[in-house]
Amino acid sequence: MRFSTPRSASSASAPGGPRPVRRTEVWRAYLSWRRSPLSVTGTVLIGLLLVVVVAGPLIATHDPLEQNFAVRLRPPGAGHWFGTDQFGRDIFSRVVYGSRIAMQIILIVSLISGVTGSMLGTLAGYFGGRIDEVISRLTDMFLAFPSLVLAMAFAAALGPNLTNAILAISLVTWTPSARLARAEALRIKHQDFVEAARAMGARDPRVIVRHILPSALSVVIVQLTLRMGTIILTAAGLGFLGLGAQPPTPEWGAMVSDGRNYLVDQWWMSTLPGLAIALTVLGFNLLGDGIRDLLDPHLRHARL
Amino acid sequence: MNLAAYIARRLLLMVGVLFGVLIITFVVSHVIPADPVGAILGGNAPAERVDALRHQLGLDQPLHVQFITYLGAAVRGDLGRSLRTGRPVSRDIGQFFPATLELTLTAIGLAIILGVPLGVISAVTRNRPPDHGARIFSIVGVSMPVFWTGLVFLLLFYYRLGWLPGPGRLDLTLIPPPSRTGFLLFDSLLGCNWEAFRNALAHLVMPAFVLGYLATATIARICRSSMLDVLHQEYIRTAQAKGLRPRVVILRHALRNALIPTVTVVGLVFGGLLEGSVLTETIFAWPGLGRYITTGFLALDYPAVMGGTLYIAVVFSVANLIVDIAYAFLDPKIRF
Repeated sequence: MRFSTPRSASSASAPGGPRPVRRTEVWRAYLSWRRSPLSVTGTVLIGLLLVVVVAGPLIATHDPLEQNFAVRLRPPGAGHWFGTDQFGRDIFSRVVYGSRIAMQIILIVSLISGVTGSMLGTLAGYFGGRIDEVISRLTDMFLAFPSLVLAMAFAAALGPNLTNAILAISLVTWTPSARLARAEALRIKHQDFVEAARAMGARDPRVIVRHILPSALSVVIVQLTLRMGTIILTAAGLGFLGLGAQPPTPEWGAMVSDGRNYLVDQWWMSTLPGLAIALTVLGFNLLGDGIRDLLDPHLRHARL
Repeated sequence: MNLAAYIARRLLLMVGVLFGVLIITFVVSHVIPADPVGAILGGNAPAERVDALRHQLGLDQPLHVQFITYLGAAVRGDLGRSLRTGRPVSRDIGQFFPATLELTLTAIGLAIILGVPLGVISAVTRNRPPDHGARIFSIVGVSMPVFWTGLVFLLLFYYRLGWLPGPGRLDLTLIPPPSRTGFLLFDSLLGCNWEAFRNALAHLVMPAFVLGYLATATIARICRSSMLDVLHQEYIRTAQAKGLRPRVVILRHALRNALIPTVTVVGLVFGGLLEGSVLTETIFAWPGLGRYITTGFLALDYPAVMGGTLYIAVVFSVANLIVDIAYAFLDPKIRF
């Protein structure tokens, strides 16, 4: 598997003495990334996840929903790499298809909560006063709950299914984005280029859409990538409690829950889908840690 | 601003937040469910029974009247009656919450004992093998779903190796000590019931470790980065230049300041543990609040679920308040 790396990467890593390189930001980031085995591991894990998501049907050995009672509760082996469940479904194929559900949840939740958070935060920061007060108190209200607990309550009230789980997770995920976007809006609303736009007659909506929102969004996007691991964990927790995707959907958390009654004799039913969750979250967290290090000017100076 | 004024202001802010919490639980319990009555009675109940129940639950009133009734009841500590146990939800919570608290407090204790040294070692040996090891340990900790770690531990240490007792707070063969505090460890100590104490402790090990691992990671991470911040400062260089032993510089000079950010994170971690306990309690059949809420879901017991959720939010807010006040004690700069 290859990852997109700057063209000069291979030549620079070859033994040949130092070459004069332009230390652009990207180059600097690449150097720091390569130097950290943890970031590289994270990239590999997420790369693998993406391959599995995209090429799922090619990788899966069986139909994830196909029941075959002749082979129920088989241990991992040649025909069924991760074994089979109580309906004789192939767990490996279910885990592979489960990656698509996980990815779908991450993307939709990030989109909904990122957009909502950025909009509300930008409005609060830009207009200040009453609007800020209302939006900030709203944020505080949501932050008063541990997020999984609130997501559980929403999911239970809305009715347990995948769409509602996504909605519930978005409802508890938008708050940090809103706070960040608000801070960003506060920071740039008095900068010269914004003042200039206003002096040239731009009205509030235009200033917000053209000048404030783009820079708020970029901060929010970075922060969302750091939180993707948490999003998956919340989703898996909801699935495990039966508040997410409903059977027979191959959702990872629900699969762990399915296997609980067979834990003693058919260990693979719970543990292998759970391992998929753990590795995915680990990948996102390792990658996120690397990004955090890159963005922290304190550490960057210490390093390079 | 002095400390008393700071605390007063924080308390006032918390009243506001709790009001907000009540709005959310109200919306979730009264506005979102399309048909709470249908959820209780089932889809095809006769119309007059539906109307009677709607009236009994006050659902035929306008929303703002419903909210005021709800608010008044909540302030008096009346969270409604559980549909499943038939008892007031507040009484159920009183019975189940000590088990949750015993579990989360043990977990947080473990996390501090493990996390702080881990963070310090990590910071001192930055980018060297011990640091990598500690970081891997903690990042794995925040990445594993607790319900899965719980199952793997149960499988390994209970079913396969038999080193630790299985689900529950106490072996079924033992008679629980009379409940005074609700904390099994204290209750058994108070009654000098050593067998129950040992057994309860053994039952606590696995769930507390599973939960504590999650929190260890967060604490170690914060402790590492705040140690790194502190170690860069001038006074540390001065202390080193004076010829103080590294041990003294690290533990006396650096750690004391680095602990301040770590303390604030404990409040946040506590929230994480409360939500983790919902899942851990399910795995370990731990009779706590989390399990009460999840069983509530399955039984469509809305009052229990909403009461439990509200209670957790209140506990979380209070924990954060305590942490903020502790923070103000530790760092005088905060008050201004």
